[in-house]
Amino acid sequence: MAVVFEKPKSLTDVQLHYCPGCTHGIIHRLVAEAIDALGIEGRTIGVAPVGCAVLAYNYFACDMVEAAHGRAPAVATGLKRSLPENIIFTYQGDGDLASIGMAETVHAATRNENITVIFVNNAIYGMTGGQMAPTSLPGQVTQTSPYGRDVKTAGYPIRVCEMLSTLEGPEYIARVAVNNVKNVRNAKKIIQKAFENQVAGKGFSLVEVVSSCPTNWGMTPDKALQWVEEKMIPYYPLGVYKDKSASGEVE
Amino acid sequence: MAEKVLMKGNEAIAEAAIRAGCRHYFGYPITPQTEVAAYMAKRMPKIGGTFLQAESEISAINMVYGVAGTGKRVMTSSSSPGVSLKQEGISYIAGADLPALIVNVQRGGPGLGGIQPSQSDYFQATKGGGHGDYHLIVLTPDSVQEMADLTALAFDLADKYRMPAMLLADGTMGQMMEPVELPPESGCTVEKPWAVTGTNMARKHNIINSLYLDPEELEKTNFERFERYRYIEEHEARCERYMMDDAEYCVVAFGIAARVSKNAVSALRKQGIKVGLIRPITIWPFPKQAIAEAAEQVRAFVSVELSMGQMIEDIRLAEQCRRPVTLCNRAGGMIPTPEQIMEAVKRLEGGNA
Amino acid sequence: MTANILLAGFGGQGILFAGKFLAYKGLLEDKHISWLPSYGPEMRGGTANCSVIISDDPIGSPIVSSPDILVAMNLPSLDKYEKAVVPGGKIFVDSTLVGRAVARTDVESYCIPATQLAVDMGIPTLANMIMVGQLIRRTRAVSFEGLEAALRKVVSAKHADLLEVNLSAIRAGYDLA
Repeated sequence: MAVVFEKPKSLTDVQLHYCPGCTHGIIHRLVAEAIDALGIEGRTIGVAPVGCAVLAYNYFACDMVEAAHGRAPAVATGLKRSLPENIIFTYQGDGDLASIGMAETVHAATRNENITVIFVNNAIYGMTGGQMAPTSLPGQVTQTSPYGRDVKTAGYPIRVCEMLSTLEGPEYIARVAVNNVKNVRNAKKIIQKAFENQVAGKGFSLVEVVSSCPTNWGMTPDKALQWVEEKMIPYYPLGVYKDKSASGEVE
Repeated sequence: MAEKVLMKGNEAIAEAAIRAGCRHYFGYPITPQTEVAAYMAKRMPKIGGTFLQAESEISAINMVYGVAGTGKRVMTSSSSPGVSLKQEGISYIAGADLPALIVNVQRGGPGLGGIQPSQSDYFQATKGGGHGDYHLIVLTPDSVQEMADLTALAFDLADKYRMPAMLLADGTMGQMMEPVELPPESGCTVEKPWAVTGTNMARKHNIINSLYLDPEELEKTNFERFERYRYIEEHEARCERYMMDDAEYCVVAFGIAARVSKNAVSALRKQGIKVGLIRPITIWPFPKQAIAEAAEQVRAFVSVELSMGQMIEDIRLAEQCRRPVTLCNRAGGMIPTPEQIMEAVKRLEGGNA
Repeated sequence: MTANILLAGFGGQGILFAGKFLAYKGLLEDKHISWLPSYGPEMRGGTANCSVIISDDPIGSPIVSSPDILVAMNLPSLDKYEKAVVPGGKIFVDSTLVGRAVARTDVESYCIPATQLAVDMGIPTLANMIMVGQLIRRTRAVSFEGLEAALRKVVSAKHADLLEVNLSAIRAGYDLA
């Protein structure tokens, strides 16, 4: 019988701990598929964050390092400088990447560190139970913004791709979503591109994946995906924000 | 014998690290250790190594964590406020059982403090520093020669015991020049099967990690780590005994305080006062045995420190309240004179301690 | 023999360089030596000083708090350190810049118009080495032989042209009666 669907080889056979309806599973799969497609599992080292994806080191079959909160790009820098022939990726959430780790993110980008960053933006701190994230939308109710995010006191959500794409350094900055089949397919292509860039030695490639958190948003998985479409994507438009090679920029 | 060259202590650290096979350095500028970074910035590109000025001390130590995970020799250096920032990363490095070298060329604190030499990070260095149960191997050079020698030793011990080591110096040690015979080229001789280097599809994945959500497992890990610490305490404590053979009083001091104390001890000997010096070369593990033995022999101890009195607690624990221990100290970047130390010893004698 | 030397002046007068030269000279004579600079903001145009110890025996503290030999190249340095010199010690003063004589009578003092002399010789930045020349003559802390070898250690290869002028400055200082 022909096999029409199977688990990517670079995922381990471990049951994921993510909540029902969470899109981390899809994103893990897309990352693993990219690694498989490029045949780089044996030389790939992943860096797991602090946040919901903290246990990602159990799920990817390649060598893995668990980083302190926000420090994944710095850890990845160390790994890449030590092993320039290896493929290094980080997998980070919005609190990790855009709040506590913003300095690490910006500086790894501006150095055009030849790493791949997968940035999962679900507009909330999931692991700690639903607090306001740097990417929580104006008015969004969370445990620490119980009356809705008030931009007068809590500031505005950070659009990471737009911000990073103003830098000279980074090679590739793109935003995708995984709320429907079409977007998932596009996300797969873009994530693979972010790994291909590293294999080709092009430099810092970041893919922001607009994601959902049904548990902490207090929604059904279906409703959450709808909220991604209606609320998140308008604030966080999808697209390729920077592609140095495509625009003919030369290092 | 190799030719002796005149070098600043900070430069001796950097050159010794390179000779010990360290090819990765991450740092952030801070007085009075900047020469380490400057030296690395000049040398590393010429020998295919990495010098990277990180965006913060926090990033620097996490870059160290990354390289350490790959099994290669790696270091960072800073001074007191910067080392405080590194504590998070140091705790992770200890928790993931990784070898690495952290250099602290201390300056006065707390807070922004000052930039003059100090030893007030003793507690931070020896009692953990970051969160959780852990230790660093802490080496305290008292000459430019030891800045070099102990750097090489620190790499060896870190590799041997799979834990971070710290070279705890001070502004004087960093800035002074003395002749130094540089250690020979060396490198890691320990196998590191735990390192992340890519599986090459030939083994199960390695994971560098300090997270254990199962408390029983985390407890077990901590107990095992402390077994190793106990072995290190028994086997790796180092100190120099100076004029201790017939000593009736014992000065205990490390680093620059030990250098000044030697002047005081020599001068007191000329006056007929039988005093000696124990100079800890490791402060974790603390040379408890040497202090305990001295407690059998001497009438009292003087702890000479560039702090408000931190090492004195370890001396008291080691001599187990058998003898009086007094403090002779300066703080905030000041350094005691030999005369101050001589007076402290004479006071003991006058008091028939 | 041990020479505890303290050199002090303004940043930019070559205080640390002079100290480094003496340290290397001692090293080449197989002596124990140490060199410890003041560091920090004071390097940027404030006062600078450096402790140099040259000894036949191993050196304890590298900090010279009671110098046998003081070189004061400005008034604040003389004001600050004159009292610290041991009785019977030697004080060298750049009299062009220090507007007073040494007050202590239990030390030997040498007032050299080093800065003026350096200007006259067309080497205005080398008053420090003129002071060093006089120091060598009066203290024998290091030998007057083999100056060039020590200079080569402190003058970088790309400034090799400065070797000669440094030598002539030291010699000029040495020749001052």
